[in-house]
Amino acid sequence: MSGAARTPVRPAEPAPFDVEAMRREFPVLTRLVHGHPLAYLDNGASSQAPRRVLEAVDDYARSHHANVHRGVHTLSEEATARYEGARDRVARWLNAASRTEIVFTRGTTEAVNLVAQSYARPRLRAGDEVLITHLEHHANIVPWQMVCAQTGAKLVVAPIDARGEVDPDAVEALMGPRTRVFACAHVSNALGTVLPVERLVASARARGIATLVDGAQAVPHCDVDVRALGCDFYALSGHKMYAPTGIGVLYGRESMLEDMPPWQGGGDMILTVSFERTTYNALPYKFEAGTPNIVGAVGLGAAIDFLGSIDRRGAHAHEAALLEHAHAALVRIPGLRLIGTARRKLGLVSFLVDGVHPHDLGTVLDQDGIAIRTGHHCAMPVMDYYGIPATARASFAFYNTFDEIDRLALSVERARRMFGGDVV
Amino acid sequence: MELQDLYRDVILDHNRSPRNFGPLEGSSTDVQGSNPLCGDRLTLHLRLAGDRIEDVRFEGHGCAISTASASLMTEAIKGRTRAEALALFDRMHALLTDDAAVPDEGLGKLAALSGVREFPARVKCASLCWHTLASALQSSAPESVGAVSTE
Repeated sequence: MSGAARTPVRPAEPAPFDVEAMRREFPVLTRLVHGHPLAYLDNGASSQAPRRVLEAVDDYARSHHANVHRGVHTLSEEATARYEGARDRVARWLNAASRTEIVFTRGTTEAVNLVAQSYARPRLRAGDEVLITHLEHHANIVPWQMVCAQTGAKLVVAPIDARGEVDPDAVEALMGPRTRVFACAHVSNALGTVLPVERLVASARARGIATLVDGAQAVPHCDVDVRALGCDFYALSGHKMYAPTGIGVLYGRESMLEDMPPWQGGGDMILTVSFERTTYNALPYKFEAGTPNIVGAVGLGAAIDFLGSIDRRGAHAHEAALLEHAHAALVRIPGLRLIGTARRKLGLVSFLVDGVHPHDLGTVLDQDGIAIRTGHHCAMPVMDYYGIPATARASFAFYNTFDEIDRLALSVERARRMFGGDVV
Repeated sequence: MELQDLYRDVILDHNRSPRNFGPLEGSSTDVQGSNPLCGDRLTLHLRLAGDRIEDVRFEGHGCAISTASASLMTEAIKGRTRAEALALFDRMHALLTDDAAVPDEGLGKLAALSGVREFPARVKCASLCWHTLASALQSSAPESVGAVSTE
């Protein structure tokens, strides 16, 4: 630094995030559950839809619905424009190189299955390896187990530690000469851990290993740039990012998708069909057999417009503050144990309370109007690692409030007393 | 529906201090039951003497409803014949699923579970032990029965 005097430039104070204004965009948040205002803390399972999405879906269904890519009539053209417009939005939002890299699927699960069956299956030989981590959702385990069973390849699992973190050195040590695919979560759905995906993807690519990132729990909480990340495939679900259920996305690097055979056969994925020979359609239609979930795509496009219109930096900062507040409020409860204490976490907190089974906790909380998830979170290997059958999980969206988290903590304390925990 | 209708005192008590909990020496039938969606697992140990359930114990882990239900069940079926226990299964099944069913006095403490049917997500918790029992008893060769699941 030079000794010259410098006036520090203070960035303009951003307007504080207005959570009450945000809540007004989500009609469901005004309802009562068992006589209490709904505190919806199950966003990791599925988020609620804002007015903008509901209106887009309603408008499409009322005024524009027809099948896509088929008719010359007005409604078909309007439906096609809306469906393809949603693809453009997804491509821009993920910073894909081209709209042809965006394949609509039913969700993350179908996207992973598509890659396992269309990319991995023709390439894997007996003795090849697919590398995943111990904290994956079943959707990023079972499709790989299936393709390993089909090909004789081996599923290799990188370890986690007691905090629920993935040590990148340990993962890299498992990237061997036979590793063909590396697949991992961006954010763990059971623990909230943010994985070091940038480094892991770069390491895999440097070794010529194809990479898939399961972004289902990441996209609601952070901006994703697939080109900066450098992965070959990125999978996500609409319904965890304020869109309807039944629509998701597989981003695939164009050169990879080009080399992959169609996964399912049917209408829309072909150019010509005769009984002797069928020629396949171009990307991305090659992977979209049959009439797609048009209204779902319209909803997803609206959700992206919505996310583009809000103060996302403020929203993400608010979510980080909610998580910190939840940690602080919950650890004060005697007998409560956090499951997953990674240094980088997003969006959720998993926990157990001595003497209170998570399902009983879920029922007690529901009576207080608080919705959380209880169970194994489709991550049974994670539960096995911690030697527990289930956890309670509160997962946040930017429309949640500090007050809702205080209610959560109070209700957990009530459950603890009810089931015979020590009164402290 | 109030929480107290689900978690009655007798259920909280049997959850905190389950009766007949642990292994059973000299058991003639050991059957596992599981509720894969919530991870509840229990093993039912029976010692059958002819047609009679001479002794019964259970092990495993589950929520308060599933633990209390298993605990109450072991008390209710000890000393009963196979047919009596299966008849009790039918009455419990009705109690847990049929809104019109009225608990009769013959059910004794088991009637405490009648609140469960107002919580549809929890019916499987209460019925897991009974399905496990029925599977053990209905088998013609009880020693050979496999695991049961609520799914």
